[in-house]
Amino acid sequence: MSAHEVPTPITRVPFFTKGTMIVAAIAGLGILAYIYRLIYGIGAATNLDDQYPWGIWIAIDVASGVALAAGGFTTAALADIFHKERYHVIVRPALLTAMLGYTFVVIGLLADLGRYYNVWHPMLPSMWQGNSVLFEVGMCVMVYLTVLYIEFLPIVAERFGGRVSLPGPLRVFNKLIDSWLTICHKFLGRFISLFIIAGVVLSCLHQSSLGTLMVIAPTKMHALWYSPISPLMFLMSAIAVGFPMVIFESLIASRSFKLKPETKILSSIATYTPVLLGAYLAVKIGDITLREVWPLVFDGSYESIMFNIEILLGVVAPIVLLSQRKIRNSVAGLFTSASLVIFGVAFNRINVFLTAYTPLYPGKPYFPSIFEIMVTVGLICALVLVYRFIVLNLPVIAVPPSERGTDKATISTVKTA
Amino acid sequence: MSFTRRDLFKMAAVGAAASVGGNLQASDDAYPIDCSQTYGVLVDTVVCIGCRKCEWACNNEHKLSTTDLKTFEDKSVFQQHRRPVDNAYTVVNEFKNPETAKPYTIKVQCMHCNQPACASACIVGALKKNRLGSVDYDAWKCIGCRYCMVACPFQVPAYEYNEALKPRVMKCTFCLDRLEEGRKPACVGICPNEALTFGTREQLIDLAKERIKAKPELYFNHVYGEKEVGGTSWMYLASTDFINTELPKLTNDPIPHTTETIQHGIFKSFVPPLALYGLLGLIMHSLRENKEDKESDDERS
Ligand code: SF4
Ligand code: SF4
Ligand code: SF4
Repeated sequence: MSAHEVPTPITRVPFFTKGTMIVAAIAGLGILAYIYRLIYGIGAATNLDDQYPWGIWIAIDVASGVALAAGGFTTAALADIFHKERYHVIVRPALLTAMLGYTFVVIGLLADLGRYYNVWHPMLPSMWQGNSVLFEVGMCVMVYLTVLYIEFLPIVAERFGGRVSLPGPLRVFNKLIDSWLTICHKFLGRFISLFIIAGVVLSCLHQSSLGTLMVIAPTKMHALWYSPISPLMFLMSAIAVGFPMVIFESLIASRSFKLKPETKILSSIATYTPVLLGAYLAVKIGDITLREVWPLVFDGSYESIMFNIEILLGVVAPIVLLSQRKIRNSVAGLFTSASLVIFGVAFNRINVFLTAYTPLYPGKPYFPSIFEIMVTVGLICALVLVYRFIVLNLPVIAVPPSERGTDKATISTVKTA
Repeated sequence: MSFTRRDLFKMAAVGAAASVGGNLQASDDAYPIDCSQTYGVLVDTVVCIGCRKCEWACNNEHKLSTTDLKTFEDKSVFQQHRRPVDNAYTVVNEFKNPETAKPYTIKVQCMHCNQPACASACIVGALKKNRLGSVDYDAWKCIGCRYCMVACPFQVPAYEYNEALKPRVMKCTFCLDRLEEGRKPACVGICPNEALTFGTREQLIDLAKERIKAKPELYFNHVYGEKEVGGTSWMYLASTDFINTELPKLTNDPIPHTTETIQHGIFKSFVPPLALYGLLGLIMHSLRENKEDKESDDERS
């Protein structure tokens, strides 16, 4: 990272503002809906039935959530594996997003599981089921989440190492936690690369396997999305959405924390996006061509419209926009194009898991219930709040010295790489 | 199509596996059970009289409802198309044979596939095909993800959505308890008309073909379930092409074949993930050295 920009807890803004209050209120409603689901069951809280066993909790909270958390492994790969040092300033925000993203994926998934208290069952070797795509996704997500927490630990250690001061009777633990943090820090400092690579491998595995999930339902899937190379397309789109997600967040963060946007770094990672998205688009076109389903693209059906929105707005448009230097160098241009990519990938996941799925004996079509929507929106809001809380208290976002607060915590700087 | 489906699958699966550096080999040992000797039931819809006694016997056996046998004589339910639900593992529906315009009735339930998609999908192995032929469910293992319901090509498993704490996946068990005691399933036991015949798959396929041969004018020449999705334990005879029944049109490819090929390709002895790990490690290491070289060069100059 550049010598001037050091990750620092943001101290210049308060946690609560008018905006955060509203977000907190929506998150609160979401929690109430979640509790309702736990007490009265899935039948009462959702519009799911025997024909439509999966709804937005799977399509948005889980599938889109995992895809949009891909910024974590793509930036880690770029900065730490390919050693593009100047991108180090975005590693920590991306890591934090991934860590929180996956945490909320799991929370969202628990709402959808009929027997959420059995969620640990796949860990028992006696229940391992190597044929199950879901088993692989589950295991990878679980291990990856652990890796993310491990990768994040040095940031906590950096902030609190040597100055743990718990209040009151907890004081007795100060020394213990402190030395534990220091040990972690030292140990991790040495072995962190092993975890970083593991994180990238695990991500490739489950990002692609999410795309294999619906391949088991050939007779129920619309041909536009039913492809045996769906895992490859899921992986490629996840990789493509990683940087736009980082751009999107960074711009929002600099706005709400009143920092100067990192336009230079951001427009420089944005140069990768047309290439990555272009490769994805090429595979998609190849897939449509080889499976000879072009007529379905233009048949004017509901599915074809959804498909066209997904591709034109979510893939083609950002490729065109981000290929232009002028747009890449403007904050508004970056923000718009990044939002389009994010929209495109999330829309693709919704299409694969909901639009494309036609049960054999459909009754009334599925539309999410108010509780489903409340939980989904509430979880996103809760994620935003936790994110804000963490960047206000831990050294995540890089701040140039002139804009830094007077917090003492900023003195600690770690040498990265 | 210039490609056959199978070619395309193969090609595609190779591509998918290769995308993470895998080599490909479909596992044939995933289904060790010799399905010719597992039990099954032949449902002969030509002989079925639509008495719905099988529905009652099933409900009674599995304590799904306590409704009296008499109420099942009510045929007005045929006006609506019903599907198996959480408190009815099997239902009888009435359809019209489009050629003869005569109504016929058909009992539906879990097919107990030879290579069940539900079992392949299940994250914890809560659904399993056993040696007697039943695809059995273990609620204790189940996490309630409902992926089995997404996967089943017959759209059979139902869910106890209204159960808040311990919802179960509900589907025909092939009366496994009775099979283990050497008894027939409850529905077969009560059927007055040989519409339901219990036996090994091998016997049933022979019997089905004999019936077709004996009265070709009554039967459509196809044993549904003999080959569909790799074969099912429950098989059907009908007076009309099966596209006119509620049974879905399916190819002979086992449903889990594609996903399992991809999975096993990616995870073949963990070689592909480890190879990727090694490759990334190598890149990380060599690029770091490059950078250090460059830095020391810079210092020198
Ligand atoms: S019919 Fe469906 S539920 Fe029954 S064994 Fe086959 S895949 Fe499983
Ligand atoms: S709902 Fe239960 S039985 Fe069905 S796939 Fe999930 S864990 Fe397996
Ligand atoms: S008991 Fe036999 S004859 Fe009666 S409806 Fe069931 S299958 Fe048909």
